Amino acid sequence: MAFNSSQALKDHFHETQIFNQRVLIAGLIMFFLLILLLSRLVYLQISNQEHYATLSDNNRVSIRPIPPTRGLIFDRNGILLAQNLPSFTLEIIPEHVEDLNKTLEQLGQLISISTEDLKRFHKKRRKKRRFEGVPLRFRLNDDEVAKISVLQNQLEGVVINAQLSRHYPQGKLASHAVGYVSRINEAELRKLNASNYSATTHIGKVGIERAYEDLLHGKVGFQHVETNAQGRVLRVLSRTLPVSGKNIYLNLDSKVQAIAEQSLADNNGALVAIDPRNGAVLAMVSTPVYDPNLFVHGISSVNYKALSTSPERPLFNRALRGQYPPGSTIKPFIGLAGLELKELQSHDELNCPGWYMLKNDERRYRDWKKHGHKITDLRKAITESCDVFFYDLALNLGIDNMSSYLAKFGLGQKTGIDLLGELPGLNPSREWKRRNRNLPWFPGETLITGIGQGFMLTTPLQLASITAAISKMGQRFKPHMVYAIQDQQDSPMIKTKAEPLKSVEINDEQNWKTILSAMKNVVHGLHGTARSINRNIKYTAAGKTGTAQVFGIAQDAEYKKEEIAKKLQDHALFVGFAPFNNPRIAVALIVENGGSGGSVAAPIVRKVMDQYLLNSDGEMTP
Amino acid sequence: MNWQTGSSSTNIREENRISAGRRFFYRFHIDLPLWIGIILLSTMGMVVLYSAGDKSVELLNRQFIRLFIAFIVMLAVAQINPATLKHWAPWMFGIGLLMLVAVLLLGEVGKGAQRWLNLGLFRFQPSELMKIAVPIMTAWYLSEAPLPPRRGRLIVATFIVIVPTLLIAKQPDLGTSLLIASSGFFVLLLAGLGWKLIFSVIALLAASAPVFWNYLLHDYQRQRILTFINPETDPLGSGYHIIQSTIAIGSGGLYGKGWLNGTQSHLDFLPERSTDFVFAVFSEEFGFLGTLILLAIYIAVISRGIIIAVNAQDTFSRLLAGSLTLTFFVYVFVNIGMVSGILPVVGLPLPLISYGGTSMVTIMAAFGILMSIQTHRKLVSA
Repeated sequence: MAFNSSQALKDHFHETQIFNQRVLIAGLIMFFLLILLLSRLVYLQISNQEHYATLSDNNRVSIRPIPPTRGLIFDRNGILLAQNLPSFTLEIIPEHVEDLNKTLEQLGQLISISTEDLKRFHKKRRKKRRFEGVPLRFRLNDDEVAKISVLQNQLEGVVINAQLSRHYPQGKLASHAVGYVSRINEAELRKLNASNYSATTHIGKVGIERAYEDLLHGKVGFQHVETNAQGRVLRVLSRTLPVSGKNIYLNLDSKVQAIAEQSLADNNGALVAIDPRNGAVLAMVSTPVYDPNLFVHGISSVNYKALSTSPERPLFNRALRGQYPPGSTIKPFIGLAGLELKELQSHDELNCPGWYMLKNDERRYRDWKKHGHKITDLRKAITESCDVFFYDLALNLGIDNMSSYLAKFGLGQKTGIDLLGELPGLNPSREWKRRNRNLPWFPGETLITGIGQGFMLTTPLQLASITAAISKMGQRFKPHMVYAIQDQQDSPMIKTKAEPLKSVEINDEQNWKTILSAMKNVVHGLHGTARSINRNIKYTAAGKTGTAQVFGIAQDAEYKKEEIAKKLQDHALFVGFAPFNNPRIAVALIVENGGSGGSVAAPIVRKVMDQYLLNSDGEMTP
Repeated sequence: MNWQTGSSSTNIREENRISAGRRFFYRFHIDLPLWIGIILLSTMGMVVLYSAGDKSVELLNRQFIRLFIAFIVMLAVAQINPATLKHWAPWMFGIGLLMLVAVLLLGEVGKGAQRWLNLGLFRFQPSELMKIAVPIMTAWYLSEAPLPPRRGRLIVATFIVIVPTLLIAKQPDLGTSLLIASSGFFVLLLAGLGWKLIFSVIALLAASAPVFWNYLLHDYQRQRILTFINPETDPLGSGYHIIQSTIAIGSGGLYGKGWLNGTQSHLDFLPERSTDFVFAVFSEEFGFLGTLILLAIYIAVISRGIIIAVNAQDTFSRLLAGSLTLTFFVYVFVNIGMVSGILPVVGLPLPLISYGGTSMVTIMAAFGILMSIQTHRKLVSA
């Protein structure tokens, strides 16, 4: 027992020794592990605190863009052409709705909800989070808003949101010039500054809305919001307000524009009025017009199809992109070329039998007047629009002289107007034909170029621009839509400067005066082709009529208006300016298939000039 | 040997050396330093849970009730003489083993794992019982013969540890099975298991890792380990927990974002924030300094456990107290290690802080055993 006891004691001592040794080792290991843990915490919380703080902020703070308010568009007199109106959207927040079907049914009894609306609603609902509003109906009218507002407390989770959306108070007026905004499409999205457009849904598609998109759009604002892991906004931390788009005042005069649009009535056509003193575009008309408001909220496919497939092509801006043969309206310029290039004296005469023939060619080039103008000088040739005189002059000038002289006025080139999509027209030359058609130039083509037919194409904008230039003895300006730009409603207007272009040089001022007085005679002369518009006129006007052939008339064929379908009738043209001594307005008009320039086009231009030059009492404005 | 008669007569002098206060606590078998540490930790737990639970009073109430029950369990266990525990050891272990088998055969499935046994009145997790039963059983078995244990005993002891470990791993509950394996291993370690053997077992385990990987681990467990190695591979999936919790801890900085101001936790970025990931909330709101204080209290509690183990008078108590204390350390280390991203995600709570029931009761029962071992000492100055 004693032995056992001492043995046990010895064992006990030994065991304690082992145990204590092991505890020590365990303690060391624990110490080491604690150091490991602490260094990890030092690494996270002290060395990399900033990094993790940033990550944590990124987690919780998200940036929500605030859309800027789009700039307004006015005409030169401050009449509103494009504005922003609140538009009401009905949204449902699924999280707050107990029985979605019941709520939808209730709403259906209050306002009209189409199956298309419902389909879109359910589609969008799947993509959104439960606390986010899902739009059900857009563009509620006041009546609908009132109906829902009254029952708001019974309609849990139904909210009406107001956003600003574009509205064109003048409707169809100047629709091509002003243009419209519509939803941003994918192609545009790729080109845009994504950040600046992060809250924007609409973008200018055509017209001023597109050309001045950068100014009109403004700068996006941001708010930093704290969100939870699901993205629910908890509070706004800071806000950078958006900068509204700039207001734009156009050179356009709504009244002039309206008169022109009304006068064109059902005719397709285009009119451009320019202030020759600075290139300001006073009116830009293209008919038929359309209602730009249709595009703002997403045009229905039926409406769009109607607009885009109509043979009248209402969406086509004829003033800017319509390329027409100028017809006889080119004659003053050809005449001027003849005088200035000394191919012609102002008193040179020619006998016009009603047709013209080239040597070694049996083809008869006809005059519009079957039996001819008889003895004709340059003045008479312009006033009465003799074709034969210009056939001869063109032949003498040659195509190269003609085309290079017309190029000085800007034919065949874009005018550089502050709108997008302008077409350059076509100022044909030997060189052009060889390059594009790979054919030599034929003398017959020179003849018809002399009366503005054949290959030659001009846009109404170009015609107005060259008319303005000739009225100012060769002084040229880049046509300009925008009159002034304004940062905000109350800030001063910053007027845009006139941009002079290279003037057409003058060899002999007398040559120009001869041409201009012939143009005056077109309106005021006894035999002027536009003499019908000089009745009771309060100012002196000048101009030139034109009739552009839509198709060539066969040899010896009798031209009967009634027999030709409307679509095949000639385009009626008129270019003019007034007052004669100090031109303030130059106008070019084309009435598609309108027939005669003198009887159809000129009276419309007279109305436009009257509207612009006379006050409400019918007196000349200073 | 009659222990009771021995203590009453010979130690009056010793008892006089103990302060009146301590005598009062000793009467109820409470160890004051341990008690204070536990109270501090559970109070800090309540404070951080109030924040983690988004100021939910209900959550606090439930945690308080659990703590209350756990304290009663601790006090009850503290009254049990270690010798009695030793007598119960084989029975506890045997019953626990049977229940583990029962769980596998007819247990309830919760969160994809079979851990619960429905006993009619309440659901019971036999693995929790085993957290206590395995170290008691191993300590009892090894203390029955002189230490260090001989080969035969070692093999039996290994089986005592391995069988419940595998049964629990099969449920599957990797965290608990690791804890049980380590509690058994700690007993063996403290009993003087040869170093050669320890290292060769470690080498063997390392060599058989591919077998574990391919045959013993579940897909989600493999995923957890892969995620641990590189959480960025799946930042919104399985890596999300660890990325968000490291962000929470790191963004806390030195001083923290302040109580109730943790953005990671309050804005729902941090998952499991009142249970396993509560440490991230704590660190985010109280910063490195707060974390240091928390760790200091843990270290104090663990040190007290070690002191109790070293002061224990018989081999069984010593081994048991040492093993329970080291296991408590494993809890703390593994939880903080996983939340701060140096260990893979194993579902272990932060003891006394995390919201949750069963494991808290088990941990408090273990503290009860420690208190019992400390306060049932026969104060012989040998």
